[in-house]
Amino acid sequence: MTIAMWTITAMVVLFLIAPLVVVVAVSFSASPVFNLPPPSWSARWYERLWRLRDFWPAVRTSLEIAALSTAISLVLGTLCAIAVERGRFPGRDALVTFAVSPLMMPGLVVGVALLQMLRQVGFRDAWMSLLIGHIVITLPYVIRTVLASLSLFDFTLIDAARTLGCSYPKALLKVMVPVLAPAFLTSGLFAFLASMDNYPISIFLTDARTKTLPVQILTYLEETPDPTIAAISTGLIVMTIVVLLLADRLVGLRRIAEL
Amino acid sequence: MSTLDVAVRAPASRGERLDPLALLALPATAYLGIAFAVPLVLLLVTSVWTPAGLTIDGYVKFFSDSYGWRVMWNALRAALWTTAICLVIGYPVGFALARSRGVVQVLLLVALILPLSVGVVVKAFAWTILLRSNGVVNQMLLATGIASEPVRFIFTEAGLVVGAVNIFLSFMVLPIFSVVKLIDGRLLDAAATLGASPLHRFLRVTVPLSMPGVIAGIAFVFSMAISMYVIPTLLMGDRYQTMSTLIARSYLFMRDRSLGSAVAVVLLGIAVAVVVISGWLARRSRDVR
Repeated sequence: MTIAMWTITAMVVLFLIAPLVVVVAVSFSASPVFNLPPPSWSARWYERLWRLRDFWPAVRTSLEIAALSTAISLVLGTLCAIAVERGRFPGRDALVTFAVSPLMMPGLVVGVALLQMLRQVGFRDAWMSLLIGHIVITLPYVIRTVLASLSLFDFTLIDAARTLGCSYPKALLKVMVPVLAPAFLTSGLFAFLASMDNYPISIFLTDARTKTLPVQILTYLEETPDPTIAAISTGLIVMTIVVLLLADRLVGLRRIAEL
Repeated sequence: MSTLDVAVRAPASRGERLDPLALLALPATAYLGIAFAVPLVLLLVTSVWTPAGLTIDGYVKFFSDSYGWRVMWNALRAALWTTAICLVIGYPVGFALARSRGVVQVLLLVALILPLSVGVVVKAFAWTILLRSNGVVNQMLLATGIASEPVRFIFTEAGLVVGAVNIFLSFMVLPIFSVVKLIDGRLLDAAATLGASPLHRFLRVTVPLSMPGVIAGIAFVFSMAISMYVIPTLLMGDRYQTMSTLIARSYLFMRDRSLGSAVAVVLLGIAVAVVVISGWLARRSRDVR
């Protein structure tokens, strides 16, 4: 049985890694069709990507929206987690269920609903709409992770720090923030990546001028399916690897897997 | 606030007043209320309320037509297959991950977390390449002699399910891993001492103890698979409709709001049902312990 388990595991690892390997391989292919292994290697798709300029505004929008929605979520989410963990008020369980529920709801439905409401109140700014929509999906990540981390935090440590002469804010900063730092980091990273990748909400909130990267990628794929997409996908894979390496150095992969 | 403070202040507050700490939850709650809950309620309302008055046209259009049922069955079938296959191959992998140590565990974690973080758009695009008739999958099938001629995968449901399993598998493995690694090995030793065979130990001790992870994994994968949009769009093309693609089409191309909002409400109902049922099952499996 052990042998079967490890055989399946080895095959699953190959299966999971295969798409990423394929994307990187195709991006360095000289051929415009997706032949594998490529007949010869080249960097022409990267040059084309550089020249095209279609993608850069979308990359910029996506980075802006992802960074801002993550930052806002970290502030709102941490405050909410502290209230739930330390506060004594009714309905805290219900509050947590509600705050985390956007993760379990179909993104497309959340997007459609938000679009309809924004149209009804006459709000048409695409960039702001995207930000509003993306916070809905980044906020639950932060609340869930920071809450899990806070529930393990020993609050008497703050009293101890105060007894030893720290002011209350200083005690929070010196004792609580370092303990919560891994939770901030992991939830921030996953929130950021979720926003960068989001398509179902963004598709309803973009307009002709303001597009996020996933929307631009799918539009481009429909018009000209060539390995340029593989080149930009390779860029996204490299970005993810860098982010994960950073997280591993700071937090450790095992803690990331807990989430 | 120290416990001493509480003890001193307790008599002054009547115990009825709201804890001021609750205010810290207000910004996030208000935000999600306005940007998430209110829009969903409005969606429910618009699905039965048009400028012309109360109507259930959208629902009638969706359910009266065999097309609507076919679309729903498409989405359900693909989600069920995806979830079932993820469970069958994800369970042993969750175990392997919990049992492994050192470098092997790190490698396994990388193999699970990296693809999870890369994003659906990139992976779905990769599968359009992998599944081509001259793609890698077919080359492997031909080379190993499993198939004698290229099999058509792209734009077939089998291809869709393979891609979906690949993309959602981590969401099955990680919850199972996080529960399995907490199982106390001494329980299995105790069962062995009492004469339970390996199979019996697995079925009567390990499986029940891993149920919370299994339930969480099934809930995650099913709710994502039933509402997937990017994957069928890229792997199946326009002719194949699921509830998600139908919602997007009714809003973006057909401008048919009543149909779109009705289908959206049906999909929302399914998602809520998954949350409620999995929550109930999780509570029950904890009580059994």
